[in-house]
Amino acid sequence: MADLPYGLVAEFATEDAIINAARQVRHAGYRNIDAFTPFPLPRLARVMHIKDSRPAWLGLAGGIFGFLLALGMQAFVSYAYPLNVGGRPLYPLSAYAIGIFELTILFAVLFLFVGLLWLNRLPRLNYPVFNAPRFHLATKDRFFLCIKVDDRLFDRDNTAHLLRDLGAVSIALVPS
Amino acid sequence: MTASATDILPTDQSIGDVSRQLTDIPLHFPARRQWWIAMAIALALLMLFIVSVIELFTRGVGIWGLNVPVTWAFAIHNYVWWLGIGHAGTLISALLLLTGSEWRNSLNRFAETMTLFAVVCAGIYPVIHLGRPWYLYWMFPYPATMDVWPQFRSPLEWDIWAVLTYLSVSVLFWYTGLIPDLANARDRARRRGWQVFFGLLALGWRGSTIHWSRWSRTYRIMAAIAVPLVVSVHSEISLLFAASQLPGWHSTLFPPYFVLGAAFSGFAVVSVIAVALRAMFDLKNLVTRKHLDVLGKVLLATGLMTGYGYVFEVVDALYSGNPHDLQTLLNRTSGAYAWLYWGAIAFNFVPLQLLWWRVVRRTGWSLLLISVSVIIGMWLERYMILVTTLYRDFLVSSWSHYTPTFWDWSTYVGTIGLFLVPFLLAIRFIPVISIFETEKTLLDEQEARDG
Repeated sequence: MADLPYGLVAEFATEDAIINAARQVRHAGYRNIDAFTPFPLPRLARVMHIKDSRPAWLGLAGGIFGFLLALGMQAFVSYAYPLNVGGRPLYPLSAYAIGIFELTILFAVLFLFVGLLWLNRLPRLNYPVFNAPRFHLATKDRFFLCIKVDDRLFDRDNTAHLLRDLGAVSIALVPS
Repeated sequence: MTASATDILPTDQSIGDVSRQLTDIPLHFPARRQWWIAMAIALALLMLFIVSVIELFTRGVGIWGLNVPVTWAFAIHNYVWWLGIGHAGTLISALLLLTGSEWRNSLNRFAETMTLFAVVCAGIYPVIHLGRPWYLYWMFPYPATMDVWPQFRSPLEWDIWAVLTYLSVSVLFWYTGLIPDLANARDRARRRGWQVFFGLLALGWRGSTIHWSRWSRTYRIMAAIAVPLVVSVHSEISLLFAASQLPGWHSTLFPPYFVLGAAFSGFAVVSVIAVALRAMFDLKNLVTRKHLDVLGKVLLATGLMTGYGYVFEVVDALYSGNPHDLQTLLNRTSGAYAWLYWGAIAFNFVPLQLLWWRVVRRTGWSLLLISVSVIIGMWLERYMILVTTLYRDFLVSSWSHYTPTFWDWSTYVGTIGLFLVPFLLAIRFIPVISIFETEKTLLDEQEARDG
């Protein structure tokens, strides 16, 4: 349904206010919530029970991929075109170590970067919350909490009322 | 750093003001005149570089002063010098992020930007030194019709992987840290062009808590990986020398000696940029005297560690008792290029001692002058390491000399333009100081103040 709104976006003036609001909103039973802040707030993430350790695993996977790729590439090259340099070994791990190290790091970081975008579903240049009139402050010095309409407790008036009680400076209903 | 006396930023400013101040730099550029003057000089230098490279590609590397035995000179010397400068940016950003040193937050953005373009200047040197640069792809494993592959057991091949990895990782780390600030600039922009520019670059970042959570994790892991990388890159560069059999190069001292020298020269450049930007954009409330103080201390510390390398280079030669090593030591200290050796010591370590005084560290112009001296000193050091080993070969019949030609100098001076042009563009178009990290530092300090 096109005319169903996306959710209620409430603005808070301070870090403590939004952390408190997120805690209370969760306490009231809301689960489908999101918060937007100008900088990372680990305390807020804890209150909202947000934890995603997949980036670490992606980094590890990238590292292993790069490690195997570099080892395989160098060993294959020595196998395909054996070059005798003063009788030195064809498959020396000590000489391969630098290439292995570099590609391990390169692919770990590549996986991390691409993974970050993929997990966050970015780039996505527009998003419903951007329609909140004061949302441009979310990257500056204000903190925003969004309760989505598909939360089972969502009720346009009651939810707005709750947010206002929690000290919201402004509240906006954003279209999806 | 918990007590308010050690606050790195003045706490009487609001995070909104900081945000406005920093996004105004690209959006309502304050220092147009100075910027255009700097840009004109930088463009002139870049033109010099382009002319030098055209001349080089037309006539070949013979236009440089290279000869046998001095087959490596300005090209590798400046490569090492530029790459070393780049290292400080990664160290400030990554190492100090992990150690939780909050003073880094005012410096990391331009230090990383400096890294990117310093690495580009470094990377261009081996390419043009190839003589036939269009054969660069021979360095990569591709299925050639002759079934020939690169030689992966050679430091020269390691080099290309190390530098390209370093460049790629630096770009990704820099951009990852930049995304939230691009979103901030997007939201402050009023003109359509800026909105589109920052809107596209910010990738639609909205500061969602789950995004921040993943971002923090990703950024910290990248930092943790970047630290060993930065140590490995200059270590690997030193292997170009140390893995050879030549006296004065063939030493296990080289990797740490190179890495410390790299950090030393890089922190000098960061200090110069910090002092310059602070004056140009009136950032004294964000890059404070305390920042200059810390930079001065780090410069002094890395300088003394580099000095330790100098001492042990001598000890190494004396302890080995190898006649060629001893001869090289003698050539360095009293040969035709003794001015390089003593010049490096004088420029690197003599003015540096002034940094023991607090007032010298906290004054912009004195820190600037000492840093310039260090940059020159490290440049002489790289020159010295290259030429003093090569100009006296094992056989007396192969002894020779090296004098840089006009084209050596013009290429080198031109790379300064190659560095400055993109750097000036970067400080013109992107937030020059990490906004959200500065805001966070400020907020933490204000909270600590208010209890």
